[in-house]
Amino acid sequence: MKDLSIYIHIPFCIQKCYYCDFTSFSNMNDKIPKYMNSLKAELNLYKEKLTDSTIRTIFIGGGTPSVIDGKYIYDLLGHIYNNLKIAKDLEVTIEVNPGTLDREKVKIYKEAGINRVSMGVQSFNNELLKSIGRIHKADHVYESYRLLREEKFENINMDLMSGLPGQTLEDVLSSVKEAVDLGVEHISHYSLILEEGTHLYNQYKKGKLNLPEEDEERLMYHRATDYLIKKGYNHYEISNYALPGFECGHNLVYWDLMPYLGLGLGSHSYMDNKRFYNTSNMLDYIEKVEKKFLPIEGEEEINLSSAIEEFCLLGIRKINGIDKGQFKMRFNVEIENIYGDIINKHIKNGLIIDNGKAIKLTRKGLDLSNLVEVDFLK
Amino acid sequence: MERIKQENIRNFSIIAHIDHGKSTLADRLIEKTGMLTSREMQNQVLDNMDLERERGITIKLKAVRLVYKAKDGEEYLLNLIDTPGHVDFTYEVSRSLAACEGALLVVDSTQGIEAQTLANVYLALDQDLEIVPIINKIDLPSARPDEVKKEIEDIIGIDCENAPLISAKDGLNIEDVLEAIVKDVPAPKGDPNAPLKALIFDSYYDSYKGVVCYIRVFEGTLKPGMEIQMMSTGKTYEVVEVGINTSKHVQVDKLEAGDVGYVTASIKNVKDARVGDTITDKNNPTAEPLPGYKKVVPMVYCGIYPAEGEDFNSVREALEKLQVNDASLVFEPESSAALGFGFRCGFLGLLHMEIVQERLEREFDLNIVTTAPSVIYKITKTTGEVLEIQNPSNLPPASEIASMQEPIVTANIMTPTDHVGAIMELCQNKRGKFLNMEYLEEKRVVLHYELPLNEVIYDFFDALKSKTRGYASLDYELKGYEESDLVKLDILINGELVDAFSLIVHRDKAYERGRTIAERLREVIPRHQFAIPIQAAIGSKIIARETIRALRKDVLAKCYGGDISRKKKLLEKQKEGKKRMRQIGSVEVPQEAFLTVLKYDEDK
Repeated sequence: MKDLSIYIHIPFCIQKCYYCDFTSFSNMNDKIPKYMNSLKAELNLYKEKLTDSTIRTIFIGGGTPSVIDGKYIYDLLGHIYNNLKIAKDLEVTIEVNPGTLDREKVKIYKEAGINRVSMGVQSFNNELLKSIGRIHKADHVYESYRLLREEKFENINMDLMSGLPGQTLEDVLSSVKEAVDLGVEHISHYSLILEEGTHLYNQYKKGKLNLPEEDEERLMYHRATDYLIKKGYNHYEISNYALPGFECGHNLVYWDLMPYLGLGLGSHSYMDNKRFYNTSNMLDYIEKVEKKFLPIEGEEEINLSSAIEEFCLLGIRKINGIDKGQFKMRFNVEIENIYGDIINKHIKNGLIIDNGKAIKLTRKGLDLSNLVEVDFLK
Repeated sequence: MERIKQENIRNFSIIAHIDHGKSTLADRLIEKTGMLTSREMQNQVLDNMDLERERGITIKLKAVRLVYKAKDGEEYLLNLIDTPGHVDFTYEVSRSLAACEGALLVVDSTQGIEAQTLANVYLALDQDLEIVPIINKIDLPSARPDEVKKEIEDIIGIDCENAPLISAKDGLNIEDVLEAIVKDVPAPKGDPNAPLKALIFDSYYDSYKGVVCYIRVFEGTLKPGMEIQMMSTGKTYEVVEVGINTSKHVQVDKLEAGDVGYVTASIKNVKDARVGDTITDKNNPTAEPLPGYKKVVPMVYCGIYPAEGEDFNSVREALEKLQVNDASLVFEPESSAALGFGFRCGFLGLLHMEIVQERLEREFDLNIVTTAPSVIYKITKTTGEVLEIQNPSNLPPASEIASMQEPIVTANIMTPTDHVGAIMELCQNKRGKFLNMEYLEEKRVVLHYELPLNEVIYDFFDALKSKTRGYASLDYELKGYEESDLVKLDILINGELVDAFSLIVHRDKAYERGRTIAERLREVIPRHQFAIPIQAAIGSKIIARETIRALRKDVLAKCYGGDISRKKKLLEKQKEGKKRMRQIGSVEVPQEAFLTVLKYDEDK
């Protein structure tokens, strides 16, 4: 039996956030029923291939999975449970937008077997929320959070952002404190990335964004990290923090270079030594799946040397770093035999350390991880 | 083939400014004389190197033979000798012209005459050539043929009343040009029985035949089997083949006085068949060589280095191959602390330098780094010893220098009057000495300046183009050396002197240049983990300083399932960039840095 994770993309949104470059639409609600059917049909196309796989984690992301009627989610997950072999301790996450939950939806999620909810909070400052195109306010967060707790959700994540235009250090820290005070099990704290083509990027190009200085932004990151660690959270990946035992199993699959299948528009998969991704065109996707064709748009072979590269550049993102024993077990060679020079170089630069068991980023390395990662490419 | 008698031969060149339609006219003449069918003709037959086509200029010259049946019923043999069209190649142009009796002066009827054209007209007049004016591009709505005719009459003093009005592009009135050639260009003279006297006006290396010399026979006869002698070197060879150029080489049994053609004689290197040299019969030599031969010497030097990962030997081999065909290219090995082993190369001028660089990159697929161009300085040491320096790194310490001299050129800049102010300001800025200004017509002038060559090779062309929106044109020639207050400007990166950036500049310019270079380096060198000071210095005195701030953040906050491929692409791009870096101490310097330093700054 092989372990497998599944990602499901729900590309619908009420409004696109100003920093978002994911495949998502705010004007395609009429396509929801068809699309949700296509997801099931797409899964059917893989069914035979997956007879000897056990599903360990499922992640429903977006877009905003919580904008669509809860029954679609229930229906879709039911379809997966009925057709694939499911692990006993299955982790099922759904991403929700605080402005879009109600008790009925939350109940259906529970019934559908969802046991982890990830809330796109970003900040508790209403002004900031508005300036980055979020449709919710801080009050929605409190309300949704209460609902989820009342319906016995015991693993809740909040996404927070720093480095936003006009944001201050105090602002970041007070949002992190809010989340901690509420008692969330997991926090993802992201520095803003200006992606080409987004509203914020365009404003930035026009010189209209008042972004925090680099040093200030780093201070936001490190002060938030220090605070979370003090509060008992385990800093386990560059941007992720969890109370002990609440690390996100699904995301660890990515950083451990384990296989996953992505269903839906623009989804990426890593299976059978290949990375492949689906079309991002809604009509194309629906039509292909209807005709029982895989809606795949491109693929890349991951041979042994690419796998080694990816194992390292993803593994180094984890705070525990690249486990040397695992590396040896997986590739049958010592990591030093392949990357000895690079490891030494970056130890000397002060970006990584080697504690005998693992290679991991230093505090400075957390700021400059790309400099290390680029060298893992041969 | 029946020989056409000497009085029916016409040897001519075409003089035109870039873009005024020389190549197009040549195409039309070839077409009209029926030597090639339209289908056979590549567009612009004479320019056969890709690079030339792209730049729209002719680098190597060539000759082509046309047979034309004129309106008088006689057949004429027209030898069209192509000339290179740039200021760097003045000498080669003069040798091509020396092979002719006449020259077509092609002028764009929308533009009028340009400085460079005029320079070539004067070269032609020096050779006593008959100038045949041709007014081109009359199909364009903005054509003003009458004004342009008057301009030519005023400036050059030749009669333009009957000048053919043509459109080379549309093939309009091309017959008129052919008739004008027959009527106005004199037939060659010369005795086929006199001792041999033939002018080499071009040569190139062919891997089967050895060097092929393009020649014009002035006296005597040239035949296969003859022993010939190069009069400048005294070297002798046995003629293997003589021939003429139609669309390809065609062997003939002899070339006689008045003929234009080629000769091969198992010559191994173009250096032994130099442009301008006279070929004579070893066993019956002529008393005097043809006038005008000179050995061309490089005026501009720069270092060419293999880029990171490129092989020194491949660069040497490529330079050797280029040199076989380019007698004016010189190079010798040198080494730089920053760039490792490479070559110091000498060129006729900036364009020549750029062409060689591009050919190395394109034809030989090499990755090279070029240092700032330099000229030759004459240094008198306190001991009285005189040195010629073309690499700033070789300059002796200031304490050992008694005086320095730099090359000065006389420059002729032709421009519409609107831009006179801007050009004067530019020349002033470039330490130019104003000589005088001539009015060519109401709205056009020629400015005569003396300029230091080291200013001309910096960014003068670009600045001139930019300040006059491309309307001004320039030609220059070396005037001589003059004493000058020069200093060596050094650049230090992270405290380390980078020899490849060192320059010799006038003391008054040092501060500004130093600051500009430091600013530009700050822009092109990527941020590192540590702050990098960039300093410009004269001796131990720092005259400008910039700092590249330390990189504080280079991390991707999110990396999930859908981000991995994209992330890898991003890193791969970074990696590609790093490969093109030069490690200088602990600093990685992109190769563009070496070029950026030379670029003209539009903002100034």
